[in-house]
Amino acid sequence: MEIVLSAAIGILAASGIWLLLRPRTFQVIVGLCLLSYAVNLFIFSMGRLTVGVPPIMPQGGFVNPTLYADPLPQALVLTAIVISFATTALFLVVIIASRGLTGTDHVDGKEREG
Amino acid sequence: MIEQNLILVLAFLPFVAALATATLPENAHGAAAWVSGALLLAGLGVMAGLHGAVADGEPVRAVLRWVPSLGLNLSFRIDSFVWLFITLVLSIGILVVIYARYYLAETDPVPRFYSFLMAFTGAMICMLMSGNILMLVVFWELTSIISFLLIGYWYQGQAARDGARMALIVTASGGLCLLLSMLIIGQILGTYDLDRVLASGDLIRAHPLYPLVLVLFLLGAFTKSAQFPFHFWLPGAMAAPTPVSAFLHSATMVKAGVFLLIRFSPALGGTELWFFAVTGTGMATLLMGAVIALFRHDLKGLLAYSTISHLGLITALAGLGSSTAILAAIFHIVNHAVFKASLFMAAGIIAHETGTRDMRRLSGLMRYMPITGTLAIVASAAMAGVPLMNGFLSKEMFFAEAVDWHNGTWLDNALPWIATLASIFAVAYSLRFIAAVFFGPAPTDLPQTPHEPVAWLRLPVEALVLACLVVGVFPGLTLGPTLNLAVESVTGTTLPDYDIAIWHGINTPLLMSLGALAGGVILYFAFAQRIAEGPEGPPLLHRLRAQRLFEKGLLLLSWRVPRAVMAIIGSEKLQTQLRTIVLLAIAGVGLALWGTLQQAAEPRTNALNPSFALMWIVGAACALGAAWQAKYHRFAALTLLGGAGLVTCLTFAWFSAPDLAVTQLLVEIVTTVLLLLGLRWLPRRREEIHEDTLLPARARRLRDLIIASVAGAGIAAMAFVIMTRPLIPNIGDWFLRNAYYEAGGTNTVNVILVDFRAFDTFGEITVLAIVGLTVFALLRRFRPAPESLRDLRPEEEADAETRSLADYLLVPSVIMRWMFPPIIVISAYLFLRGHDLPGGGFSAGVTLAIGFLLQYLGHDVRWVEARLTVLPIRWMGFGLLIAGATGVAAFAFGYPFLTAHAQYVDLPLIGKVPAATALIFDTGVFSLVVGATVLMLIAIAHQSLRLSRMREHEAAEAQAKEAA
Repeated sequence: MEIVLSAAIGILAASGIWLLLRPRTFQVIVGLCLLSYAVNLFIFSMGRLTVGVPPIMPQGGFVNPTLYADPLPQALVLTAIVISFATTALFLVVIIASRGLTGTDHVDGKEREG
Repeated sequence: MIEQNLILVLAFLPFVAALATATLPENAHGAAAWVSGALLLAGLGVMAGLHGAVADGEPVRAVLRWVPSLGLNLSFRIDSFVWLFITLVLSIGILVVIYARYYLAETDPVPRFYSFLMAFTGAMICMLMSGNILMLVVFWELTSIISFLLIGYWYQGQAARDGARMALIVTASGGLCLLLSMLIIGQILGTYDLDRVLASGDLIRAHPLYPLVLVLFLLGAFTKSAQFPFHFWLPGAMAAPTPVSAFLHSATMVKAGVFLLIRFSPALGGTELWFFAVTGTGMATLLMGAVIALFRHDLKGLLAYSTISHLGLITALAGLGSSTAILAAIFHIVNHAVFKASLFMAAGIIAHETGTRDMRRLSGLMRYMPITGTLAIVASAAMAGVPLMNGFLSKEMFFAEAVDWHNGTWLDNALPWIATLASIFAVAYSLRFIAAVFFGPAPTDLPQTPHEPVAWLRLPVEALVLACLVVGVFPGLTLGPTLNLAVESVTGTTLPDYDIAIWHGINTPLLMSLGALAGGVILYFAFAQRIAEGPEGPPLLHRLRAQRLFEKGLLLLSWRVPRAVMAIIGSEKLQTQLRTIVLLAIAGVGLALWGTLQQAAEPRTNALNPSFALMWIVGAACALGAAWQAKYHRFAALTLLGGAGLVTCLTFAWFSAPDLAVTQLLVEIVTTVLLLLGLRWLPRRREEIHEDTLLPARARRLRDLIIASVAGAGIAAMAFVIMTRPLIPNIGDWFLRNAYYEAGGTNTVNVILVDFRAFDTFGEITVLAIVGLTVFALLRRFRPAPESLRDLRPEEEADAETRSLADYLLVPSVIMRWMFPPIIVISAYLFLRGHDLPGGGFSAGVTLAIGFLLQYLGHDVRWVEARLTVLPIRWMGFGLLIAGATGVAAFAFGYPFLTAHAQYVDLPLIGKVPAATALIFDTGVFSLVVGATVLMLIAIAHQSLRLSRMREHEAAEAQAKEAA
């Protein structure tokens, strides 16, 4: 499982970074989304992979923390998902506004010269 | 206890005055002066109340705990030395306020002046009272910053702006050096407490870092007190209004440096290095200041250099360090403050009444303003050190110190000569100030006809000159006891009561004084004519202007060098910038991990499940496909992006993170819709761009492909290595153990978000609100490209299309309409179970937002808005308010911000329901998420209405015209 997930993170990150370096705004926004998947999975996997033991506690009694998934990376990623949604929305608005102002969807606001 | 409270009152009074005066109207001259003066007077009352306690010999302390974990407390202490200094600051402050009331023009904005002046007084007093050396630096820098604002009060003038900037750069950089030295002292001693630092002089002096500490410390003190070679900012600061010059640049702020030297002399002084550095610099400044002062034609310039010279004198005394030298230094601080403040005010009056400060144009003013003239003559006599004046006494003590044997070095032997020489120049410039301005023929070409100023403008000068005389004639009765106490509090030893007297018999210091007086008179009368005709500065030296050098250096550092560097490594292209960032990140991580990234000895693995592998084959294909198609086939790329997101979401579900899966799924829906809405505003790209198939473009893509592959492979390797290591027990275990007992929730992830780390969540929803508002604001001003608008079809056609759309979307739209209530129920369900089971405010909020969104998708915007009013900004505002109020409510029960309380409530029929206050906080989160999401989506969706609205508007206007 670990090897599959790490390969997946790698592919998501590579696609994201490749798109980040592209000249069109839409490519960059898709790249940011892919990169945020990769980063979220990466942070999440820092709590190690466990199947079928969500961090939902019994009501009372002794709690053995090793029997549950690590809640901390999950809490961090939950926050990250919401924030990356917000940044995506902001970026989308910026690119359509920039397109309206400059007439092009090139990231520099003007087409490459020469 | 009373003393403690008095100290706190004293610390806050000036800041209260600053706030109060800041709120006054622009032209409330009288009110501002009354408020400031009254509060300063109250401060003097506090000082009177503290006198008894301070005179007992033990410092009075007050501590407010601030950051105890860092050893940072707001700790104040007042001993006799500080008491004397604060009393001086407050007294001169009151006189300056009275003076400023009549000095400032009716058009000068009042609140800015008085509130800065009061804030400065507060910073100065707190700096003096600081019992913690870090806090001392904080207030030290605060005085620099406020003095910048005060010098630049008349910011319309270039000189004021330049002077303010130069003063700030010099003194604030000195402050940074001071901070460094204080930090090193703290490291050496393990404490930042001033008392303990002062008591640990031996430890500091024995430490190998002592020279470094001393140099940094002296840089701080010398820049503030305008010692050579940092003296040049003080004349530049003369662009400030005269009350500011009188207060800051003669009496108080510049004295902060010498205050610090005297204060720290027990801790850092007593070494040969200290003697040479401090006394040497002091003597050099003393002589240089006095010489240059004689050659300045500007009244305030003369006084500024004279101030530099006197500060040098005090510095030299601090460097000598004996009890009597400290006594002389403190005495001269007081005396100089008194006569120099009065001289600045007199100079201000002269400039005010004649319109010029140039001594070559002024002459014979005695016949127009006899009273001011007399006052100025007395004050100048004090400055020159004429007997029966206060300046004479402390100068005499300085001479006595200079003559005394200290360590027999060449500098020690040279002291009497330098002191006498500088005094000759001091007498000469004092004489010039008087002779050139008040005597001689009547002035011819003055801008205004001079006359006596209003009595109130002269009153502060009268008070100060009276003080000069009283102290000068009865030193033992007036300042003697206080000075002795002050010296004891600095050196820590009981001083055999030193008798400050006018007459010690005929001895060397008296002869030096008389010699200097005679020499000065001869010097002035011999060269008066030549000085007046000469350039603004001493012969030869006037070409070498430290100020100009400073400006050149500044230009080089802040303009030429950065631009040169920018030209080499900068780029305006986003792609280049991003590529640099990615490459730097790869290089940084590579360097850090090279050779250390090893797999654990016993890798922890889960057995491979083929369906998981299959799932990710699809996911990876989606990701690669999205990357491939994002340029020409945006819609396909968006769909593929959604596919990758879905697989990510399933992965969360697979590995025990139901909360993440739910949130990811919902956010995925919203993001996709959002991007879909955005697609129509991007340019069409059906045809291949020709250049894309050329070689350079291919090379660029190949290069980026390599970079991306390397980065991806690196991330994958890191992820794999860490994932297969055994899990170290971490803070997560604590959350798991305590989620139920401490916070009354079983869903640990949600408990972390709304209880344990609620403050982070609070910050996060604030960010979300800011983003929502930014999107809204950006779109209000949005101007679409003409090309996108051209695509909007004419109204009738669009209507027909909408109708046909409504026809074939009939079934979905009915379903969507009917889905609205169920979605609300789902949202409520997710919300309520959040504390115990997967769900919570975020997911519930996004769900409800999707409910609204479906209505917008199923029908056109107008249909929805005719039936459903959503006020997203209110949702956001109330959400933020609820979350914040829940946090603040914890204060009411004596807990820190955002402490939650948890319990279960038995509801009939339903059973046990968690009712933690965290749930209220979560309501805030929920409401804000709904508001922000809906706001963004609606704002973008509304753009499509833009054109038809524009048409309607035009039509309405046309109709209105026809009607008219």
